[in-house]
Amino acid sequence: MNIEQALFGAFAFLTLFSATMVIFAKSPIHSAMALVSTFFFLAGIYVLLWAHTLAVMQVLVYAGAIMVLFLFVIMLLNLGEEPSGPRLTLTRIIGGATALGLFACLAVALARIPSTVVDLGAQAQTFGTLETIGKAIFSTWLFPFEAVSLLLLVSMVGSVVVAKSRI
Amino acid sequence: MVPISYYLFLAAALFCLGMFGVLVRRNALVVFMCVELMLNAANLTFLAFARMRGDSAGHVSAFFVIAVAAAEAAIGLAIVIAVFRSRGSVNIDEIKTMKH
Repeated sequence: MNIEQALFGAFAFLTLFSATMVIFAKSPIHSAMALVSTFFFLAGIYVLLWAHTLAVMQVLVYAGAIMVLFLFVIMLLNLGEEPSGPRLTLTRIIGGATALGLFACLAVALARIPSTVVDLGAQAQTFGTLETIGKAIFSTWLFPFEAVSLLLLVSMVGSVVVAKSRI
Repeated sequence: MVPISYYLFLAAALFCLGMFGVLVRRNALVVFMCVELMLNAANLTFLAFARMRGDSAGHVSAFFVIAVAAAEAAIGLAIVIAVFRSRGSVNIDEIKTMKH
């Protein structure tokens, strides 16, 4: 077992463990903290996939900006722990069965994918760097990039309009 | 070298965990967090296929997913605040109608 496999195993286990904690934590604050650690471990997985730039963005945007927004709202609403009802309700049984069924279908489909990896060769030094992604965004993907900037502007104005009581 | 299918299995497991949370949890904020988990699973799939094919278009797609997730979080949390202000609760069982 080399270092990459060991790192992948550790990061994958910790990601799934923290994601489970997000769902089963009693208080929303604990869910949010578990979600932050999920994002950090996923960033580690991204580095293993040679996506260094996306790993940095994951930490900056997700674990930084979005989670600060979540924590801010949770503390603003001052939510306590949920009252614990019966543990095994019909909704939970059906939800669990649906999730397991979807995972089984996905696993059957994914098992057929050949796990051959393209040898990066000449682009091994540049694959996944900020320069490569920036060049792709500002040439091929320029219009989607501008559309996303418009989307962010609209969502910024919209969130102010929705959350403000009187305008 | 870790086979790419391991990354895809991890993404599938993460997506199913997020879907389970969306179906099961009743707190609107936790439901949003589970949607973020599902978006991250989609990102992981994009990056795994990008590495498999040696094509950086997957990285650009993941970048757009992150941007859309940020917009979705801003709007969604604003709606949660507005609902909490009018109903006094974020339990999605108690929010059944658009009327108040």
